Amino acid sequence: MKKRSPLSTSSEWTFELLDTYDLEIARIAKNFKLDTYPNQIEVISAEQMMDAYASSGMPIGYHHWSYGKHFMETEKQYRRGQMGLAYEIVINSNPCISYLMEENTMLMQALVIAHAAYGHNSFFKGNYLFQQWTSADAIIDYLLFSKNYIKDCEKRHGVDAVEQIIDSCHALMNFGVDRYKRPQKISMREEQTKQHEREAYLQSQVNELWRTIPNYYADKKSNQEFRFPEEPQENILYFLEKNAPLLEPWQREIVRIVRKISQYFYPQKQTKVMNEGWATFWHYTILNQMYDEGLITDGYMMEFLQSHTNVVKQPDFDSPYYNGINPYALGFSMMTDIRRICENPTDEDRDWFPDFAGSNWLETMDFAMRNFKDESFIAQYLSPRVIRQLKLFALTDDDNDTHIEIDSIHNKPGYQKIRQILADQYNLGSIEPNLQIYNIDVRGDRSLTLRHYQYNRKPLASSLDEVLKHLTSLWRFDVKLETVDENGNVEFTKEQKY
Amino acid sequence: MARLIDRRINGKNKSAVNRQRFLKRYKSQIKKAVTDAIANRNITDIESGESISIPSKDISEPFIHHGSGGKRDVVHPGNKEFVPGDRIPRPKQQGGGKGDGKASNEGEGEDDFIFEISKEEFMEFFFEDMELPNLVKTQIATIYDNKKVRAGHTSSGVPTNINVIRSMKNAYGRRIALKAPYKKELAEAQEKLLLLEKNSDKNRLEIITLKERIEFLERKIKNIPYIDEFDLRFNNHIDQPKPTTQAVMFCVMDVSGSMDQNKKDIAKRFFILLYLFLTRNYEKIELVFISHHTTAKEVSEEEFFYSRETGGTVVSSALHLMHEIATERYSSNDWNIYVAQASDGDNWYDDSPYCKEILSEKIMPLVQYYSYVEITPDSHQSLWHEYKNVEEAYENFAMQKIEKITDIFPVLRELFKKREDIKVAI
Repeated sequence: MKKRSPLSTSSEWTFELLDTYDLEIARIAKNFKLDTYPNQIEVISAEQMMDAYASSGMPIGYHHWSYGKHFMETEKQYRRGQMGLAYEIVINSNPCISYLMEENTMLMQALVIAHAAYGHNSFFKGNYLFQQWTSADAIIDYLLFSKNYIKDCEKRHGVDAVEQIIDSCHALMNFGVDRYKRPQKISMREEQTKQHEREAYLQSQVNELWRTIPNYYADKKSNQEFRFPEEPQENILYFLEKNAPLLEPWQREIVRIVRKISQYFYPQKQTKVMNEGWATFWHYTILNQMYDEGLITDGYMMEFLQSHTNVVKQPDFDSPYYNGINPYALGFSMMTDIRRICENPTDEDRDWFPDFAGSNWLETMDFAMRNFKDESFIAQYLSPRVIRQLKLFALTDDDNDTHIEIDSIHNKPGYQKIRQILADQYNLGSIEPNLQIYNIDVRGDRSLTLRHYQYNRKPLASSLDEVLKHLTSLWRFDVKLETVDENGNVEFTKEQKY
Repeated sequence: MARLIDRRINGKNKSAVNRQRFLKRYKSQIKKAVTDAIANRNITDIESGESISIPSKDISEPFIHHGSGGKRDVVHPGNKEFVPGDRIPRPKQQGGGKGDGKASNEGEGEDDFIFEISKEEFMEFFFEDMELPNLVKTQIATIYDNKKVRAGHTSSGVPTNINVIRSMKNAYGRRIALKAPYKKELAEAQEKLLLLEKNSDKNRLEIITLKERIEFLERKIKNIPYIDEFDLRFNNHIDQPKPTTQAVMFCVMDVSGSMDQNKKDIAKRFFILLYLFLTRNYEKIELVFISHHTTAKEVSEEEFFYSRETGGTVVSSALHLMHEIATERYSSNDWNIYVAQASDGDNWYDDSPYCKEILSEKIMPLVQYYSYVEITPDSHQSLWHEYKNVEEAYENFAMQKIEKITDIFPVLRELFKKREDIKVAI
């Protein structure tokens, strides 16, 4: 056995030690060919961590009561010991900022550095969704711009008026993303220089649209053929920013800010399993490598295994602690299994994964990390062994049926089906309701018609009414909702008067 | 290599603004919770923080998502005995969770949103919108009422008051001014030297003298001090007399035998709240505590709230004492005088009309505001009826009835709510 010369033995951390550990972790990560943004590691207090929590990890955020609410909630739970704080928050920016909490032990700091500063960091840099949809270089600048802009609006128009707009935008935040079209890069300098031009331009466009004087005597047929928007619009906030007739320029800008931030978080929502799985896999691999090299002690290793096990724990569906599938558990199992399939493939693996069984594991995993999102990752890589390991089963819950029916379990005929259903469970397109702006009554009462394209007859939750009120307050005219079922039948559902 | 930054020092309380926004937004709900809370509190810990709970649905942030229903295919972990085709009865939905992985993010649970507010915040909510009415008599008070105000800068002072920016600015200006002539000459000399050196053999002597001159100039420049005593500027503060309002509150409490334990408790709670309100909101206020049964006496704060003395009832004794103290110590021209009286209204039979007389003739002309609370679950007694007459005659007289503990705060509020309509009857 190799002689051990650990980097440290005490559980206290110091800045010198953090440096030393980081150097070692960076070296190991490099050997494993992890490609990362430069790291900026910040030590913060528990209170600051709760702060970061409350503002969904954004290091700079505009002021809003809802962040206060989340902060108070977190604070209460933390004080009462109902909840431990996450060890880390990491921000998709360049340099990549990760937070370490001062209360952590040295081992936990090392774990967090490996997990966030090298695991998540390399994922942010490598994954195609992040590359295409977010610009890590500009986000901090943009957040700063938006904070200052909103502060300025509060000064000019009053806190309440601004709050009202933000409330409404937040309600529609999930519908403020382009799902298929690549958004433009954002940066602070550009934002500031362009913002004035944009104000003027947007307003003129809006005026253009509404300039037509309603012509009741016009030929009815031609009236019907003209539909606006020509194609249904899925990005509701974008549509409002560009077309809402009565919004002031500053209000449009706020809609835009909320929309941009929503867009920034969109890839994270789609890669939860992969991102956490990847980071967890790497902290596990890196820490084990450090142990093998004798850099950390047995005691450290015990502590590490204990917290690692907690992180990847998956309670069974009938456990009182069950709260859906743990993305860390699923992601970690899948990542580990990809490595196993590369290194020690069985006949079953060769059968299922002829492309990469027995290949170089580093290259295979790198490819997987770069080119997939949760949905496609599961559809591509979920192996029978992981299904067996987690004892996954699929059921059908149909409200036309009095009973729930078990559809598939972890056996040969079931693997493919489970894989497909689980993949769909991570498809944002089917998780989030499909709502589109279908028509604007340009020549009439200017009402906006929203269409809900139903999937598997799933209805919208009762929060809909509130959201529609917010939508009306932005649109400033009536809003109608129609439901389209799977057979294409359109049914008028609701109307919200302005 | 990673960059390590210690952020612990900065950015404390970053959420304070958001927190305030939240409290402001839900003010009415929080206020209600605060009012409810105060009734349930022990008399000794009235002044502390509180955990506030408001229904989550009032503060939800709505967003569009699927409700329950329709057809769903879901994958769960941890299968034990199920085989394909098994049919199980649908479990009861309990606030979302089991059997439906998606339901957990529905945010429609009925749990209340609970959070802590600090003692300061609690009291702020509690006493908001309350004030002493008719606080008008202002006077330049005696010595101790000075306010430090900034008064420009001076060239002498103590080191703690050094104004760094101004001092450095002066030093910088002086350095520029003093160096200027030397610098100019130096530049010329250096230029000349360059010219001469082109032909160094010819001009050797001249070069030497010029070099000496340059050295001399450089030394001169170097010798100009970086900062000098007369650069220093100090922040100056002077005392300014501050006009203040002087107010005195007479707390008059009935401790007679008819005030049973419960009534006394209510009276004390009333005065404690009044006391907290006054001491919190008014920097300078004097309090005079008078308790009475058949005789009245001025007591200390301690005694007022904790004494157990008792006896019969003669209300006029207290009014007499109050009037005496007011005329003796608080001459009505300088002082805003307030009275709060609490009693169960039970009085010696002949005494009530006499009370009315003292009030109308002696006390009411002196005071800014007189408030009377009657603590009784039963019907009104003689004192109330007599006081009614006073109320009709004077606008700055108010009376309220407290029946149970929960009435205390609304009554206090009613008596001291902010208003603009009452005029002083002088």
